[in-house]
This record gives sequence, structure tokens and C-alpha cells, in this order.
Amino acid sequence: MNDALSGHAPGAPVLLPVADHALLVEFGDEIDDATLIRIQSLDAALAATPPVGVVEVVPALTHLLVVFDPVVTDHSAIAAAVTDRIEHRSHSAPGTHHVVDMCFEAAHAPDLAAAAERAGVSEALVAEAHLSAVYRVGMYGFAPGYAYLYGTPPAIQLPRNPTPGPPVPAGSVIITGQQCLVIPVAMSTGWFAIGRSPVQVLRDDPDRPFLFDVGDTVSFRRITAAELDARLPAEWR
Amino acid sequence: MTTSVLEVVRAGPFVTVQDGGRPGMMRFGVPRSGPMDPFAHAAANTVLGRPVGSTAVEVSLGGLTVRCADAPITIAVCGGGFRVSHNGDDCNSWTSCTLQPGDTLAITAGGWGSWCYVAVAGALQARQWLGSSSTHVRSGLGGGAVATGDRLTVIDAQVDDARTGPIDTPASTRPTDVLRVVPGPQLQCFRPGALETLLGSPYTLSTAYDRMGVRLDGPALELDGSLAIPSSPIVRGSLQVAGDGVPTLLFADHQTTGGYPKIATVIAPDAASAAQLRSGQVVRFAAVTPEQAVAAARSAAADSTSQLAQVAARPGLRTRHLLSTNLVDGAFHPDETDPDETHPDEAHPHE
Repeated sequence: MNDALSGHAPGAPVLLPVADHALLVEFGDEIDDATLIRIQSLDAALAATPPVGVVEVVPALTHLLVVFDPVVTDHSAIAAAVTDRIEHRSHSAPGTHHVVDMCFEAAHAPDLAAAAERAGVSEALVAEAHLSAVYRVGMYGFAPGYAYLYGTPPAIQLPRNPTPGPPVPAGSVIITGQQCLVIPVAMSTGWFAIGRSPVQVLRDDPDRPFLFDVGDTVSFRRITAAELDARLPAEWR
Repeated sequence: MTTSVLEVVRAGPFVTVQDGGRPGMMRFGVPRSGPMDPFAHAAANTVLGRPVGSTAVEVSLGGLTVRCADAPITIAVCGGGFRVSHNGDDCNSWTSCTLQPGDTLAITAGGWGSWCYVAVAGALQARQWLGSSSTHVRSGLGGGAVATGDRLTVIDAQVDDARTGPIDTPASTRPTDVLRVVPGPQLQCFRPGALETLLGSPYTLSTAYDRMGVRLDGPALELDGSLAIPSSPIVRGSLQVAGDGVPTLLFADHQTTGGYPKIATVIAPDAASAAQLRSGQVVRFAAVTPEQAVAAARSAAADSTSQLAQVAARPGLRTRHLLSTNLVDGAFHPDETDPDETHPDEAHPHE
């Protein structure tokens, strides 16, 4: 019971049955760019040639979940389809590149000084390191619109604070470890708020409700506090 | 077209608008949401000849009282064992009636069950998000909570007295106290014996219960502390275990990913049924193979379809076009349910 559905090559992901209606595809336990690309390639292949009975596919950091309708298919058929897509229908990971504007000025960057102190560099260097990074959207999680970006440069990879600080506003750009989020609603967090963006990841646009898809890449561009103020969405003011 | 308005005289907490749910958006962090008890929701719509998945009101143990403030309208209530009072005439929560202007319908907690549904003969107007009126409670997105003082507007309101009257409570709508699970997918994160503990012990639903999930009281399921896992996608029915060894059973508004290990996953028909359990009730878990789980899901889907047909064609009903309308394309799949999670984890930002 709960044996992995197997029969494929070494290095291939492990396929784990979940309840009656899902299959979890596990690509090891290291979060890195190569793993994200493998997952996102499979996601693209499944979207291009959807197996019968698939309800939805959920790519994440080291896993991809396939949810299916057990009335029309089962774990074995989905496992075979996943193996087929990996072995025979490779897709390059798709992805749109986004440039997200953000302001690092003190009024909008409550944790920039603490991040610099923790990293042992100047505030300017924290900002420069962040601006030099190309992040990859690894997954959404936590709540609607929380897109986890991966690719924080090693020099500013910081453990999160054990206790959350005071709330930071929507649009805050927060980092910890390899991860970065542009938060869609105000929240308390133990991550480091190093700036603020006027960009909404969760959008009031029925045609495109989420700015990013998993697999997209993101870099940041500096704007002034005056530009930020001018561009903040009305509901964030 | 006739418009009817139901004034909300009183709404308890956690009363929300729900349609059939919002599948397909988990990749954006959005769970399916939708009714905690999908069968009861489908039944309420079916009674009225409405397509399953039409927008209805999900009523919690906190109850709901509405007053018909405009044109008359036929409504149906299905789910659990609540008390329903129509202008002071009492019945249970498997019923349909026509509300005349000034009539009051009051729903209060009864002998069993946690959720019931009020469907209307017409189109209940509700805010849509991503193509669905289902309320995601944590964000408030979708149709939203129903609060005292709200006015629920129904366009194309119909009176269909032929469909009114009591409904036999379908037997399988009562929750089971043995929940079938497929072990995993993160058994390797637990100490030896943890699965046996889960399968061999009673667990009590705690009061930490909402649409996201319910924490269970019972023997701790010991994690192997040396193993940490990256956040991964989860489903409704997941039994995720926090560092304190306490399992949480995830429901309709679960988070879509989580870093707590999942020791086992309740199969969808039983996860839906378990939503009618209350805090304080005791469950046990029984392991099944993935093949047995699929067979159980198919059997449950067939049962649901035939029970919906019985609800539509219930004895004493004077109506004529029963089996013709929505029972075929409305074939009810108890759930292609999704992930849930209650607590933020390693990857999550707010602790």
C-alpha cells in the first residue's frame, strides 16, 4: 500500500497515489532551478496533451500534483500518462518575463536596514543584489495570489525572523532564504520587507486574474517613492 | 421576469454563498471551495429542477432566518438534521416550500449535521470571482458571507408548488464515523508506528473547525524530526500533521500547498461525508488501497446519481418532467475535490 507506482528509469520522479483522485509526482527534495524546470516542463506537456480525466494540475517546488476524476480514470492510467509525457513529449518550460517596479526608500522598506545588518552588507548592496536577480515563479500557495518567487542571490539569503513583525502593506516585497513574494494583501510576516511595489499579483481583471503563472520569470526595477505613490492602486492608498 | 428578495433577518457566523465550486485554480493558490457537503447542495438544487452547481446559501450551525420581502418564491432546504420553521410550522432540513411575501423561514441547528443548503427556484444573484460564486472564506472572494441585514436577490423567481413538500432524507447523507484513507503521500516523514497509531486509535473532532479543516484530538503522530519537506500541493481530505503530532483533516477552503507532512488522505466521498460531523464526534480511519479507493469513489458517484434521481422523483410529487431535465448531464460526481491546509508552514510567510 502506498507503494510508489513505478517502472521507470533511474532519476525519474516518484509517483505517489493520493486518496482516490490524485497522483503526486515527486522530483526529489532539493529546491533548485533544474528541479523547477523539470516540473514546469511536465506541467507544460500535460497542458499540451491532457490525459483523459484530468481535472487540474498543480505545479509546486519539488512536486507536481495531478487531480483526476476517478469515475473516468485511475492512478495507474495517470501514472502511465505522466511517464509518457516525461519520456516522449518533452516541452521546454514556458514562461513570460515580468519586470516589477519597486521602491527601496526607507518609508516603504521597513526591514531593509535589518536585512543589510543580517547579511553584513550595506542597504545599497541588498537592493543591488535583489535588482540583479532573475527570479522564477515556483508555485502559488498560502492564499490566493501568493506567488513564491525563487532565486534570491546567496548574499542576501536570510533566515526568517522567528516572530512576525508589525503588518506591512499590500505590495510589499518580502524575502527569506531563496524566496521572494510580492504580497497581495497587508500582513504580518517574519520575512524581510525590503521595499514596496505598486504591482498587483492578484488583479481585478477577469481575463487575467493573476499576474504571474508558474514558470514565469521576474526581475525588479527601482522606482522612487514619488513614482510609487503616483502608481499605488486606489485600494492600497 | 419576476424578482424576489429574501431579507436576512438573522445569519449566524460562517453562512456563505456557494455554487458547485471553483476547480482548476489550485495552481494560483485557489482551492475549489464550494459546498462542504456537495451532495446536499446538489440535492437542494435538484429538488427545484435547477442544475446542480447553481448558487445556493450554505447554512452553518449558527443558523439563518430570512423573510420574503417581495414576490413569492419556491425554495428548498437540504442537508444534515437541522430544524426548519416556515411561519412557525416546523419540519426537518429536507424540505421544499413556497415563501409568500412576508413569510419567514428560520433554520437552526438540529440533531445532527453541520451544514445545510437553501436553494431557490430562480437565479440567486451573487458576486462572481474566477467564474464562480463560491465563497473562499479566508479571502472573502466570491459571493461572500451572508450577514444579518443583507438582501438576497433572486431574478427569474418561480413558484413551483408541485415541487414543495417533505423529502425523504437520503440514507447515505448521514456521516460515517469510519473514514477510508489511502496512506501517504509523506509516510516517510513519520516515526515507525505512526500509521498504525492513526489506524488503531479514535480521533475526536476538536472545536478548531472551519471550512479550511478540523484539528483532531487523539494520540500524537510522531514525526521523524530529521526530515523536513518542501511545501507541496495538497487536497481536500489530506491528513496533515503539524510538529506537535496533531493531525488536521482538510476541507473545502484548504490551502493549496503546505509543508506539513501528510500521513494519509481521506478518500473524497468520505471527506465530503465527514463535513457533516461536528466537534466532539469521534472518527476512526481505515486504510484502503488506491484501487479500492477508486472503486469506492465510483460506487459513491453512482449512489449519488441514483439518490438525486430519487430526490427529484420523490413520492407525492405532482410534477411531470422529472427525469428529463438535469439528471443526465447533471450526473453528480461527489467530488473531484482538492487540497486543503489550515496552517502556514515553512515556506509560508506569516509566522
